[in-house]
Amino acid sequence: MDELLREYLPIVVFLGVAIGLGLVLLAAAAVAAVQNPDPEKVSAYECGFNAFDDARMKFDVRFYLVAILFIIFDLEVAFLFPWAVAFKDIGDVGFWSMMVFLAVLTVGFAYEWKKGALEWE
Amino acid sequence: MIAADISAVLPEIVLSVYAMGALLLAVYTRKDEVAQMLVWATSGMLVLVALWIALSVQDSRTAFNGMFIDDGYSRFAKVMILASAAAVLFMSQEYMERRGLLRFEYPILITLAVVGMMVMVSAGDLMALYMGLELQSLALYVVAALRRDSVKSTEAGLKYFVLGALGSGLLLYGASLTYGYAGTTQFAGIVTTATEGELSLGLLFGLVFLAAGLAFKVSAAPFHMWTPDVYEGSPTPVTAFFATAPKVAAMLLFGRLLHGAFGEAVADWQQIIAFLSVISMFVGGIAAIGQTNIKRLMAYSSIAHMGFALMGLAAGTALGVQAMLVYMAIYVTMNIGAFAFILSMERNGQPVTDIASLRMYSRRDPLRALAMLVLMFSLAGVPPLVGFFGKFYVLTAAVDAGLTWLAVAGVIASVIGAFYYLRIVYFMYFGEETEPLDGEVQPVLTVFLLASAGAMVLGVFNLFGIEAFAAAAAATLVQ
Amino acid sequence: MTVPAIAFYCFAAGVLAGGLFTVISRHPVHSVLWLILAFLSSAGLFVLLGAEFVAMLLVIVYVGAVAVLFLFVVMMLDVDFAQLRAEMAKYLPLSLMIAIVLLMQLALAFGSWSFAPEAEDLRANIAPPLEETHNTAALGLLIYDDYILLFQLSGLILLVAMIGAIVLTLRHKEGIKRQDVLSQMYRDPAEALEIKDVKPGQGL
Repeated sequence: MDELLREYLPIVVFLGVAIGLGLVLLAAAAVAAVQNPDPEKVSAYECGFNAFDDARMKFDVRFYLVAILFIIFDLEVAFLFPWAVAFKDIGDVGFWSMMVFLAVLTVGFAYEWKKGALEWE
Repeated sequence: MIAADISAVLPEIVLSVYAMGALLLAVYTRKDEVAQMLVWATSGMLVLVALWIALSVQDSRTAFNGMFIDDGYSRFAKVMILASAAAVLFMSQEYMERRGLLRFEYPILITLAVVGMMVMVSAGDLMALYMGLELQSLALYVVAALRRDSVKSTEAGLKYFVLGALGSGLLLYGASLTYGYAGTTQFAGIVTTATEGELSLGLLFGLVFLAAGLAFKVSAAPFHMWTPDVYEGSPTPVTAFFATAPKVAAMLLFGRLLHGAFGEAVADWQQIIAFLSVISMFVGGIAAIGQTNIKRLMAYSSIAHMGFALMGLAAGTALGVQAMLVYMAIYVTMNIGAFAFILSMERNGQPVTDIASLRMYSRRDPLRALAMLVLMFSLAGVPPLVGFFGKFYVLTAAVDAGLTWLAVAGVIASVIGAFYYLRIVYFMYFGEETEPLDGEVQPVLTVFLLASAGAMVLGVFNLFGIEAFAAAAAATLVQ
Repeated sequence: MTVPAIAFYCFAAGVLAGGLFTVISRHPVHSVLWLILAFLSSAGLFVLLGAEFVAMLLVIVYVGAVAVLFLFVVMMLDVDFAQLRAEMAKYLPLSLMIAIVLLMQLALAFGSWSFAPEAEDLRANIAPPLEETHNTAALGLLIYDDYILLFQLSGLILLVAMIGAIVLTLRHKEGIKRQDVLSQMYRDPAEALEIKDVKPGQGL
């Protein structure tokens, strides 16, 4: 158990350094930099105009479609990891079960391709 | 080993391969008439698989290390599911076509939902149960929102999805508690942990959450809130589908879970199921009275009917399971007929679901009005129609198991419920004619309506021998 | 207190804080960011349990994909969140009551925490002993062989999700010029070009 955690020590050290460095830089900017705030200076502007619209505009539903298709294939790939790790020991059934799984999703892929879900107009 | 396993799930495999083949064929030919053909081909396919399962006589067997159970009970369920799905699909073709809803994905999604239901009723493991359930539900969420430019339909899809996800969440929570306390997800393993007829407290919690999740799926009160809105908002053929095959699958899955995994602790779940049953019967009966929309009315009617089917389960005996199976078979037959009628209700080419539009329907079309009258009487459980025998069966099972109070409550609820069925009949035969329904009635719909009504009359002799099948099926579940 | 214990409390606090702020933060986008914190912290908890594959799955799938999808959905919807919040405040007492009941039930169950006596053996039947195999490899051995039925069903579920997403959201706009690779490649001059012999001074 501890052995497993010790393998993560480099990551913990790395995270510590990253967070520490980030904090130091932020703090340095807050402490050392010259600050002269002025309402005109801190107000938002768009290429010289005043802000004239809400930044939170609605997204096209297509983004959502692409994102959900991405999740599906993301999950498909996630299934490949344990398969690859255990590949030596899983035997024929394990091999072909993955092939069938991939075939099912390939059918889905062929469908969405032909349907035009991957096109952006 | 794997060959034997595959042969046990062959019907499911055939259907899935068919669905994928049809998907590719339809999308690559890109013809509009493919959708129409696909609906017919799919219903033909479902009927063929139903016949195949019905005619293959085999002993009970398990596959995939007990995850999949192929026994009389599951075969009975599968035949019901496949036949009703095929019937509804066949009826819906014309309706969907005329309203521009017929897309080739519709029959394919229905097929995949049916595969999910078949896995549900065969599940021998909590994980297989959940996978089947999700496959079914996911496909159904989509078809509920099929009319995507209608606010009501998308609302129905969304409501169904959110509440269905809540139900699935409860179910999963129960499943994980059960796994935690029993150490296994297999029904055959779980049942060994309660050998003295006593569940440990943790397992009891698991059971309660599992039951709540499944009550969502069968839309038993007090988990029924989604049903009327979803029934009203979905396109009518989809509503017809919701009212038949998924109900059968969820109810029989309920039976499988209670008897397969918790069969040694009947006393522990008997009260829960009896409670669900009595609440559903009364909520379904009373809330339906104020409805003016026939689809909402059918929703409440299905809630009440689920209450009666649960009464059979609450008995906790083989007789109770048999009564539940018979009841579900009768319920599905009646609902197919009733929806064949609802699908044909239209005025100026627009579908009408207002009950008041049925006023004096008997003058316009006496034969169909008579068939509807028979169906309504049967749904209400008026003797001597078949619907009465279904109710009689579950009441007997409940009394046999010592649940006399539940049986008495059932009789009272059924008297209350009779009111709104009779109100439809009253509208059809008496009262003043307002704007009448018009439009050509599809011969297919008439055939289904008459066949269903005919079955309700002719079945009184021996219920078409279904009792023997149900008894055999129940015997494989409850030893 | 040992290092794993400290790490556990840090991650557990992260999950709780993330969950809490997901619900109460004013801005929906901030909610999603807090949700990501909750996901990451639970990934840390899984690492502490030795379930590294599940931890990475949380990072890849939940943080990498689901959270992004949530962001899209939040940005796509034109929902007045202030109004929703007012609605929520109305139902707060009821929901708090339900939550307390659930919590009490859990505490009750925890108080009499007892496995079925057979539980240990039943569990050992399925999973290979953890000391001998790496847990990702152990998962691999189970999923593709013993649980092949579930695995294939999950493939079908993903297929249904794909079909469903396309059926519900894809709209084919008419009158837009799209690329059609094959027909563009098979175009030949004979049908695409027409050569007119224009006489001088006459025009077409």
